[in-house]
Amino acid sequence: MQRILCTFLLLLLSGNVHAALDVFACEPEWAALAQQLAGDKASIYTATGALQDPHRVEARPSLIAKARRANLVVCTGAELEAAWLPVVLRESGNSAVLPGSSGYFEAAHYVVMLEIPARLDRAEGDVHAAGNPHVQTDARNFLPIAEALSKRLIQLDPSNTAYYRQQLAAFNQQWRAAIAKWGQQAAPLKGIPVIVQHRGFPYLNNWLGLKQIAELEPKPGMEPSAAYLGSVLNELQQHPARMVLRAAYQDGRPSEWIAERAHIPAVMLPFTVGGTPQATDLFAMFDDTIQRLLAGLK
Amino acid sequence: MSKIIYVSAALAALLSHPFNASAASDGDLQAIRERVQQLEQRMEQSGPTPTRNSGGEGAFNPAISLILGETYGNLRQDPAIPATGFAMNANPGHEQGFNLGESELVITANIDPQFRGVGRFAIDPAGGLSAEDVYVQTGALSAGLSLKMGRFLSGLGYLNEKHAHTWDFVDQPLVYATLWDNQLGEDGLQLKWLAPTDTFLEIAAELGRGRGFPGTDRARNGSGAGVLFAHIGDDIGIEHNWRAGVSLHQTKRVDAVSDAVPDLLDTADGVSNSFSGDSRTAGVDLVWKYAPNGNLRDRYVKLQGEYFRRKESGSLTYDINAASPPPPITDSFSVTQSGWYVQSVYQFMPRWRNGLRYDRLDPGIAAVGALNAGNVISDYGYRPSRTSLMLDFSPSEFSRLRLQLARDNSRQGLADNQLFVQYIMSMGAHGAHQY
Repeated sequence: MQRILCTFLLLLLSGNVHAALDVFACEPEWAALAQQLAGDKASIYTATGALQDPHRVEARPSLIAKARRANLVVCTGAELEAAWLPVVLRESGNSAVLPGSSGYFEAAHYVVMLEIPARLDRAEGDVHAAGNPHVQTDARNFLPIAEALSKRLIQLDPSNTAYYRQQLAAFNQQWRAAIAKWGQQAAPLKGIPVIVQHRGFPYLNNWLGLKQIAELEPKPGMEPSAAYLGSVLNELQQHPARMVLRAAYQDGRPSEWIAERAHIPAVMLPFTVGGTPQATDLFAMFDDTIQRLLAGLK
Repeated sequence: MSKIIYVSAALAALLSHPFNASAASDGDLQAIRERVQQLEQRMEQSGPTPTRNSGGEGAFNPAISLILGETYGNLRQDPAIPATGFAMNANPGHEQGFNLGESELVITANIDPQFRGVGRFAIDPAGGLSAEDVYVQTGALSAGLSLKMGRFLSGLGYLNEKHAHTWDFVDQPLVYATLWDNQLGEDGLQLKWLAPTDTFLEIAAELGRGRGFPGTDRARNGSGAGVLFAHIGDDIGIEHNWRAGVSLHQTKRVDAVSDAVPDLLDTADGVSNSFSGDSRTAGVDLVWKYAPNGNLRDRYVKLQGEYFRRKESGSLTYDINAASPPPPITDSFSVTQSGWYVQSVYQFMPRWRNGLRYDRLDPGIAAVGALNAGNVISDYGYRPSRTSLMLDFSPSEFSRLRLQLARDNSRQGLADNQLFVQYIMSMGAHGAHQY
C-alpha cells in the first residue's frame, strides 16, 4: 500500500521539472506571444483551446492546479475571463498571480479599447464595461502588448534580461515587417461591407478597413434566432454585404444559413492561434486570416 | 487622459519653438524628431491610461448581486412525510404551490490585500433575510494555503458547496436532503491546501460548532463537528475533465429530538425520540464532464454521482413525551444509513439542457437495546428511491427556466408524481462559478 502511495505521489510530482518561469496563458494567442518573447526560458500552459468559446470556460480542477504553480498569468482581461479566472486564481492559493500583483498581466490594458459601452445595461446583452475584449484580431496591438509583456518577464526573471530584450527586438523587427506585408496584401479589403456572427472583429475591421454592417447575434452573446436572421437577410437586400465572418470556435450554422440565402461566402477566421490548421503561430494566424478574407472576395 | 496632456504639451512645445518652417535647417528637424521620439517614449512608459475613477465613498462599493428565483411545485403527497426509515433525519421537503425558493442577495468585496468578504442572504418566503454564507477568506496566503472563517457551506462532497441557483435540478438528491438537510452549513474555520502538483489535489479540514444537521449546535468551548475532505481532478485531452473526492464528517449529537417517528406499537402520529451519540459519515464523489472540442457553448455532458454512508451510535430515548409513569425508556441504539445518486445533464443544443437523476436510500437495520426492542423499529424493509427528469432553457447566461418531473418512491406505499416549474435569474455583478 505504502509503495503504491509513494509511486502515486512521485507521479504527481514528476510534472515538476520545468524552465525558469511558469506561464499560465488564458488564450492561445498569449501563449504564442509569450513563447516568442520568452523562448526556452519559460514553460507555457494554455488554459483554453482555439475551438473553445473564451467567454464560456469553467474553473476546471486542472486550471486551478496550473495556476497554483504559475509565476505569471497572461490573459486578455477586459472581463473576457470573468466567468472563470477569478475562481481559478482565488482557489489556486498563489498570491503571486492575483490581480494587481506583478504576476498578473492583462493584455487589454496596453491597447486602445474599442466599443466601450456608453450605457452599462444587460439589456444590451453580454457587454464588457472596459470595451470589446477581442483585441488580438488587430496585428498592430501586439506591438505595445509585446513590449509590456517583455518588461514583465524581465521584472520577474531579471537574470535573463539580455535574452528577453533580444527576443523582443527580434519580434518587433519581424512583426513590423509582417504588418507592412499584411497591410499591402489586405489593401483590396478596404471598405468592403461584411456581416459578423458575433461582435468579435472590431479591431480587425479597424485595422483592415472592413465595414461591418450587421451582426447575426441580436445582442452580443445571445444565440441568433430564426426570426432575427430573417430580418438580417431582409436588410441585406438593401445593403448587400460581401461576406459573413465568424470565429473558428463558433457554430457555423447561422453564418451558413445567411451565406446560402444571400449568395455570399461564409468566411471562418482562426481568431486565435490554432483556430485553423494553418494558424500554427502568430504570424501564420494573420497570414491565414488575410488569405481567407481575400478568398472571400473572389 | 495623461496621453492627451502629453500630446498637447508636445504640440505646445513645438509651436512655441521659435523657428520658421521654410528656414528650418536639418539640425532643427533632427531636434524636433528627437523631441517627438522622447515624448513618444514617455507616453509609452506612462503605461495604460487610467480608467475613469470617480472617487468618493461609492468607489469602494462591493459587488452586489440579487438572485431571483421562484418555484411552483405540484405534489400529490404531503411533503412533510419523511422518506421511509428516515423519520429521525432531516426532511427539508418541498413546497407546494408558488414559493420564492432560490432568491438570495450576495455581497462580495476585497476587504484589504489579505482578506475577501462574502455575505449571502437567502430571502425567506415570509420576507425576512437569513444568513446563508457570511465569511472572510484569505487571498494572499502562499504555499497553496487558504483559510475561510465564518459561516459557510462545507466543501465536502461535490454538491454541498453549490448554491441553490446553480443546481441542475430543482431539489437536492435524497441523500443530501436526508443526511445533510440539503446542505451542510457550518460556523467555523476551513483550512485548505492545494498541492503543488500538475494534477489537481486539494486537502482540507473544517472545524465548526455543528450548526447544520446532523450537528446539534454545540455552544460550549471547543468544536462540535469536524470535516476532512480531499479532491483530485484533471483533464483528459481538451474534451474531458473530471474530479473525484472523499469526505469524512464527524460530530457528537446531544439530545437530538425527532418528532412523529413511527414505532412498533403503531402509535398514531408517531412518537418523539431523542438521540445522543456519535455520528460519523464517509462519502465519495465523482464528476466527469465532456464537451466536443471543449466548447461548452454548444454541447456538453456532465455525469456525476455521490455516495454517503453514516454510522450513528449512542443511546436513544423512546417517546420522550410519554405520560409517566412509566418514564421514557433509554437504551443503546446504533444504525448505519446510506444513500447515493447518479445524474446526467446534457446540453443538446445551445441554451437547452436535459437531465436525468436516480436517487436511492438505505435506512439500514438498527441495533436497538433490549429495553426498547419492543418499541423502536429496527428494520423498515424498504429502500426509498426517486427518478427525476429535467428540462431547462437559458435565454442568456443570466436567466434560466426549468421544468422538472419526478416519480418519488421515497415513502413506502405513498408513491408521488411531482411537477416543478422554476425560474432563476441573476442581476447585478455576477461572480464566476465553481467547477
